[in-house]
Amino acid sequence: MAAEPFLEVKDLKISFPTDDGLVKSVDGLSFRLERGKTLGIVGESGSGKSVTSLGILGLHNKRNAQVSGQIWLDGEELVSAAPETVRALRGAKMAMIFQDPLSSMHPFYTVGHQIIEAYRVHHKVSKQVARKHAIDMLGRVGIPQPERRVDDYPHQFSGGMRQRAMIAMALVNDPQLLIADEPTTALDVTVQAQILDLMHDLQEEFNSALIVITHDLGVVAELADDVLVMYGGRCVEYGSARTIFEEPEHPYTWGLLGSMPRIDRPNLDRLVPIPGLPPSLINLPSGCAFHPRCAYEPRTGGLGTTLTPELTPAGQPGHLVRCHIPTAERQRIWREEVKPKLEAQ
Amino acid sequence: MIQRTRVLVAATAALALGLTAACGGGKDDSSSGSSSKAEFNAALDKVFNPSEKKGGTIRLANSGDWDTLDPGETYYGYSWDFLRLYGRSLLTFKASPGAAGNELTPDLAEGLGETNDNGKTWTYKIRKGVKFEDGTEVKAADVKYAVLRSIDKETFPNGPAYFEQFLNLPAGYKGPYKSKDVNTDQAISTPDDSTIVFHLKQAFGGFDYMAALPQTVPVPQAKDTGAKYKEHVISTGPYMFDQNNLGKNFTLKRNPNWDQATDPFRKALPDSFEVSLNVNADDIDNRLLSGDLDIDVVGTGVQPATLGRVVGDPTAKAGTDNASQSRLWYTSIVGTVKPLDNLDCRKAIQYAADRTGYQTAYGGPLAGGDIATTVLPPTIPGYQKFDLYPAGPDNTGDLTKAKEALAACGQPNGFSTNIAYRAERPKEKATAESLQQSLARVGIKLTLKPFPQGDYFSQYAGNPPYVKANNLGLTVNGWGADWNDGFGFLSQIVDSRVIRETGGSSNTSVRDPEIDKMLDAAVSNTDVKAREAQWGAIDKKVMEDAFILPGVYSKALLIRPKKLTNVYVNPAYAMYDYVALGVA
Amino acid sequence: MITYIIRRLLAAVVLLFIVSAAVFAIFYLVPRLVGATPETLATRYVGRAATPETVNLIAHKLGFYDPIWVQYGRWVKGIFFGAEYDYGSGTEHCPAPCFGYSFITRQPVWPDLLDRLPVTLSLAVGAAVLWVFFGVSTGVVSALRRGSLLDRTAMGVSLAGVSLPIFFTGLVGLLVFSYKLGWTAPGGSYTPFTENPADWFYALLLPWIVLAFQFSAQYARLTRAGMLETLGEDYIRTARAKGLPERSVNVQHGLRAALTPLLTIFGLDFGLLLGGAVLTEQVFSLPGLGKYAVDAITNNDLPKVLGVTMMAAAFVVVANLIVDLLYAVVDPRVRIS
Repeated sequence: MAAEPFLEVKDLKISFPTDDGLVKSVDGLSFRLERGKTLGIVGESGSGKSVTSLGILGLHNKRNAQVSGQIWLDGEELVSAAPETVRALRGAKMAMIFQDPLSSMHPFYTVGHQIIEAYRVHHKVSKQVARKHAIDMLGRVGIPQPERRVDDYPHQFSGGMRQRAMIAMALVNDPQLLIADEPTTALDVTVQAQILDLMHDLQEEFNSALIVITHDLGVVAELADDVLVMYGGRCVEYGSARTIFEEPEHPYTWGLLGSMPRIDRPNLDRLVPIPGLPPSLINLPSGCAFHPRCAYEPRTGGLGTTLTPELTPAGQPGHLVRCHIPTAERQRIWREEVKPKLEAQ
Repeated sequence: MIQRTRVLVAATAALALGLTAACGGGKDDSSSGSSSKAEFNAALDKVFNPSEKKGGTIRLANSGDWDTLDPGETYYGYSWDFLRLYGRSLLTFKASPGAAGNELTPDLAEGLGETNDNGKTWTYKIRKGVKFEDGTEVKAADVKYAVLRSIDKETFPNGPAYFEQFLNLPAGYKGPYKSKDVNTDQAISTPDDSTIVFHLKQAFGGFDYMAALPQTVPVPQAKDTGAKYKEHVISTGPYMFDQNNLGKNFTLKRNPNWDQATDPFRKALPDSFEVSLNVNADDIDNRLLSGDLDIDVVGTGVQPATLGRVVGDPTAKAGTDNASQSRLWYTSIVGTVKPLDNLDCRKAIQYAADRTGYQTAYGGPLAGGDIATTVLPPTIPGYQKFDLYPAGPDNTGDLTKAKEALAACGQPNGFSTNIAYRAERPKEKATAESLQQSLARVGIKLTLKPFPQGDYFSQYAGNPPYVKANNLGLTVNGWGADWNDGFGFLSQIVDSRVIRETGGSSNTSVRDPEIDKMLDAAVSNTDVKAREAQWGAIDKKVMEDAFILPGVYSKALLIRPKKLTNVYVNPAYAMYDYVALGVA
Repeated sequence: MITYIIRRLLAAVVLLFIVSAAVFAIFYLVPRLVGATPETLATRYVGRAATPETVNLIAHKLGFYDPIWVQYGRWVKGIFFGAEYDYGSGTEHCPAPCFGYSFITRQPVWPDLLDRLPVTLSLAVGAAVLWVFFGVSTGVVSALRRGSLLDRTAMGVSLAGVSLPIFFTGLVGLLVFSYKLGWTAPGGSYTPFTENPADWFYALLLPWIVLAFQFSAQYARLTRAGMLETLGEDYIRTARAKGLPERSVNVQHGLRAALTPLLTIFGLDFGLLLGGAVLTEQVFSLPGLGKYAVDAITNNDLPKVLGVTMMAAAFVVVANLIVDLLYAVVDPRVRIS
């Protein structure tokens, strides 16, 4: 690997002016991702994780979005690039798997048509060639009888099959960067597992970089090498998947872990939701954006309500946390107060 | 003739420069002048743009459908005017502007009717050499057949009913289709091919007017197809039907078998006529003004929307003529409704009514017409000018006289009654409102009662039991004559014997046996002058009885064709004379 | 599919009968209920000089003495088996489908309808081509340039188009373009296509434009709203994510979906228009079904009213059926069974 990472996002800011004020959906986000690696971005709805992914692909509403910062993909900067350049990369070098495959696929066109269309935008081949490719692709994502199903409409597919088709459509041009936005949310639990396995296998096969965006830490645990936790448009904790699950230091991450359903935890009714509501992106709370919902805010000595904490290195290598509580104290709280409670659930 | 009023007719405009039409029944045979200067009323009493130039096409439009082209059934004035292009009745009206246009003149017949038994038998000689469009010579039998077929009211329900009323027909005769092989010589005899004799049940001095009805236009029995004959009428005039798309349009072309030598008055200048039917009325006016169209064939005047444009524009106004329509807008005072059975109470209404208000309701002197004080309009021979109930210097009513009349009637504080009008007619509503206001000044309270015009005469205002039961003391009304003569104008609205208890009569108030007698005397009088004087006397008697409150002598504002020659208003039809027109 | 069509057609026939019975009732039952007698009904179809005998004769001839269901039954029978008409010097056979004889013109109604249909069809087809083209393109451009001067102008003009009645735009159009400028044909100058296509086009140009103006306005607004809604759909984002050029995204993915609901409205509008573009035909004096209907109603000519109502209703029903079938073709989610 060269010194230059495959994907590097630097100080990305995306905001939308509205009648009520400026909505800062993404506020100074930075991260890197290498080929063959998977980054999980987690957070509640409205934390800015989806906008981030759309921003990378240049799919945000161009008429009213204000974007700054840099996105480097394989040596090319995308924020300042011509729209046509980004369009040519979209679907080819970088592709996206959307959340709800039923609404994300055009209801009037066959699945095959939509895959062929995706292929032919970037490859000057005949429809027959593209069709063969599409059938191959459907077969590779595990759709039985692909040569027959290729002419079916999205509504004729089951939810899981539809998501497989969606993945086939995203992978048809061998993208090097794949962004999956809540890829399993709309699916049954058993189908979820199959899809996650599929994505994992395909990523290995294509050696692509994968960003998985989800509010479900279970998905992240399954796929991610690194995890980025977002809150209020900002990164509040970043680290390897092992770090985030074993040694998390941000109270918000603790909350997410506490609200995560896991198969090994049968007592689902003892899940602890994070109290309060996600913050307004127009008027973030002063100080630490999470402080109104943070049970440990009193331990910041008042800093939490007045001063915005910086993202600073924490206990593990490459581990970054945005919190006023000192690292040692955070580690102590995790070990002594939070972790035992989670395990007791 | 009938100008059966539609809503739009009531909206016709008039611009009066005083009474221009003939007055007093005297005949003015002085030759009419002519003019080529486009000015207001340029074609009213004289010929505008006289010319003998032949050729060209005249374009006409009708905002509705033609009632029927069949001469045996058509009953509209415009149709009778136009029909002379393709049909020749025994007599017709003189093709002339001014009062002379009201005079009868021979057409298919060689002369006016002759009677030697004081009007019970009338004889006409058919002109030699007149041919149908197929070249067959017209015989007396063809005229007889035409008249008899028109009697079949099951086949021709819309036509005039004078012949069956006056002819001495065999009992139960239903016309040649149903009463086949019935000898009808007792009604009409044809001693030879060129003589036709009409035998009447009673003397009728004005029979010549009936001989001028289109029902005497000959119809060849072999070509008669009953109700379908209107699809192809066999012509005897200078033009014959070329194309005829019922309800849409038809065209006339020259009839090669018409001979100028047999025709005393038709010049037959244009080569053809094009008539469009069911054309948007406002669009007709626009096309007339732009010159895309020559004649609004119905001849009842411009639409309200056009009136404003024309009156406000001197150039446009100079291209119009304000024709008197021989039509009276009036209100019946119903003697069967108490307390109007009392003459003085009826007189009180005559005095209290605001005549200017009545005129305003019809659009004022410009758009409506002149204030009326008699039943007969000035254009009808026999008209005498009189005013039995002077309405004060400003014509808004004489309240003192009205109160005196009320006192004499025993209702010094006034009374209450209802006034009926046709709901679809804004002018009649305005009339009712005007009367409501003016009569209230002397304590006569009116309640407005609108009725649908389709059933106005059959079920409401013309249905005597209904009128009595619902106290319809006043009924707003209007009338135009079938022809410009006292009989044509008066017989249907002042003869008490035409009132039917089952409804449907146009006479909604005049019940005076004296008047019935006067009518009978006039009808059988063969002396034209004396007869006309009798009509005037009847008019006066009706006004003395105060059964009719006259409103307005109607006038229409016609747009004069820009590109035509020989344009003049024929008073017999109250519109341009379609037979005289040529193309410049 | 076939059974579906048959079922729909049968339902249409039933509907047509209900419509005809309703029209019959409005013209005959209602007046009878409020006191009209056969004679008073007949009075409308005779001249002013008619005697009671004549009225009687006509009431009899038009069948007004029969009970209403007998009259209705006679009319229905005529449709299937034809009818006879006595026109005085003989009788005429009106072959099935005989929609009766006009009370006024005493002509069979059915040939009239067939005669008038091409006029209305010409008007409707020409106007539809114009309004679909201009309405949809204006709507699309407005939606894509939302908030721009062009959008605001187009929507302002279309507001005028939606709110100005045809008898205003039509008469003003005639006044300006036909009489002042002389560019278009004056009113009442229809020529059949088969006689002279150039004259046909010339006569219909202004009516097309005036009629299309109103519909274009409506369709522009509908298209714009539909486009805006569609462009917010997830699958549009997917299309972009695939790297499709903006044009394909808007046209193949956006417009395709936005136009589908418009198809229903178009079917109804077009079906209604085929039954007679009443105001346009009235203003321009075009002898189509709409003018025919107005004239018939004005004259209380029941057989004509019934005939034209049936035809109009049939068009609406058939247009609806075609729209439903087309919908299944256009939107694969709708499957007819």
